[in-house]
Amino acid sequence: MSLQPPVLELQGVAVAYDGRTAVSGVDLQVDAGEVVAVLGANGSGKSTVIRALLGLLPLAAGEVRLFGTPLAQFRDRTRVGYVPQRGGASTGVPATVREVVATGRLALTGLRRARAADREAVERAMLSVGLQDRAGDSVATLSGGQQQRVLIARALTCDPDLLVLDEPTAGVDLASQQALAATLSALVVRGTTVILVAHELGPLHPLITRAVTMADGRVLHDGPPPEPDHLHLHDPEHAHPLHDGPGHAGPASAPSAWGLQ
Amino acid sequence: MSPLAFDFMQRALLSALLVGLVAPAVGVFLVQRRMALMGDGIGHIALTGVALGFLLGTAPVLTAVVVATIGAVVIELVRQQGRTGGDVALALMFYGGIAGGVLLIGLAPGGTNANLLAYLFGSLTAVSPTDVVVISALSGVLLLTLAVVGRQLFAVCHDEEYAKVAGLPVRFLNILLAVMAAVTVTVAMRVVGLLLVSALMVVPVATAQQLVRGFRATVVVALGTGVLASVAGVLGSYYADTAPGALIVVVALGGFGVATLLGTLVRRRRTASEPSPAGDRRPTEAIPR
Repeated sequence: MSLQPPVLELQGVAVAYDGRTAVSGVDLQVDAGEVVAVLGANGSGKSTVIRALLGLLPLAAGEVRLFGTPLAQFRDRTRVGYVPQRGGASTGVPATVREVVATGRLALTGLRRARAADREAVERAMLSVGLQDRAGDSVATLSGGQQQRVLIARALTCDPDLLVLDEPTAGVDLASQQALAATLSALVVRGTTVILVAHELGPLHPLITRAVTMADGRVLHDGPPPEPDHLHLHDPEHAHPLHDGPGHAGPASAPSAWGLQ
Repeated sequence: MSPLAFDFMQRALLSALLVGLVAPAVGVFLVQRRMALMGDGIGHIALTGVALGFLLGTAPVLTAVVVATIGAVVIELVRQQGRTGGDVALALMFYGGIAGGVLLIGLAPGGTNANLLAYLFGSLTAVSPTDVVVISALSGVLLLTLAVVGRQLFAVCHDEEYAKVAGLPVRFLNILLAVMAAVTVTVAMRVVGLLLVSALMVVPVATAQQLVRGFRATVVVALGTGVLASVAGVLGSYYADTAPGALIVVVALGGFGVATLLGTLVRRRRTASEPSPAGDRRPTEAIPR
């Protein structure tokens, strides 16, 4: 029997926006090595739960624990990697891929200058998503799938034990979704715990060990992932030719997926 | 006669050099977080501080630093609360700052709006030896602070939510940036003037963006063009007998125009020589609507 605390625990979590309850009564426990997909239609509260467990939204009720420590006291931020929804990658002054990925290392370096080991970790993270050749390019000039990879590389620079991804497949073409699946597959093999929000799983489906389906701010289902045929959650806002359908392709090997031989 | 033969020009040029370095160095973070007009808002608030100095009979630079800092922190707190739009907060500061300045200078013994002109548009003869010491000291503190927390500020301005998850002291860094912007405005006001200081925080950054890609490269080029515009503007205003602030901004804008032309040419040449890779969608094509 393992003495390790769960990677993540949510007990009776509720979040409210301007007095309106967005999620309530959410209980969730994620153990090491699990790959959990939080599914649901728009407005179901899935992204709200993810943002609350990271401390980005205040709790109206309940408690969140990361690695057994209450969120308010949790300090070892290098253990958590976060991949937000794409969109934060472009700002008023364009930055290069390497500059953005390097910010992921700040959780470890703090105010000290970057050392050789830090620079190597950044290069390794870019290599792991196949962007080493674009290191000096502006993120704004990359495709949507490549921008997503930049955010993933940033989250990997500290080798996190828990990786949290918010809609990593949204607006990303099928080839990039397959490549994402390959990267996540490699992380799962290393023992990384993954929790991701998705509208549809596509190529990620074979990796998922458990699915939590949300509706109206509550957990509707918590168990094995649904079969691909039952996975697509119809929503006109997410219907797009670039989205692959409910069927899935298995994750390709990382080098071929990122265009490397 | 060489302008360097005059003590007041030596002081003005040294101040211009420092202001040319500091203004874009802080301004690049404001541009990055899409708050380019924040320096302008702070400049208006600092005018109230200058007038308060005249009213109280103390050094206007000192009161300007205090009032501008308070105003900048208020703008940042309003932005963090998210209840009022950042642009509305800036508008309130614009109106309140100008109104407060004109009102207070009217109440000051012997004060007239003419007293404010040198602060609004800069003046070659206005930079006293004490000002040079203050400008040098504050510029040194600002550059040192940026050397220590520049990477953290970049992370926060680039993606505030990610910075929070990474455990960075986001609220502190945001307020620190607001305070640095306020100090920069007051440092620059003797040379560039309060109404034009924001241009020196923004235009060199915009110029650099036409020529280079990447944040670090933008900072380096912006600092270079900021120094060039400041020194050229001060020297030009000596010969043209005009307020230095206006000429500094005109030179900076001229540089922006040239950089835009150059950048366009370089990008066209690059596009012509580099075929876009197959299957590589641009972001706008990959994002569903």
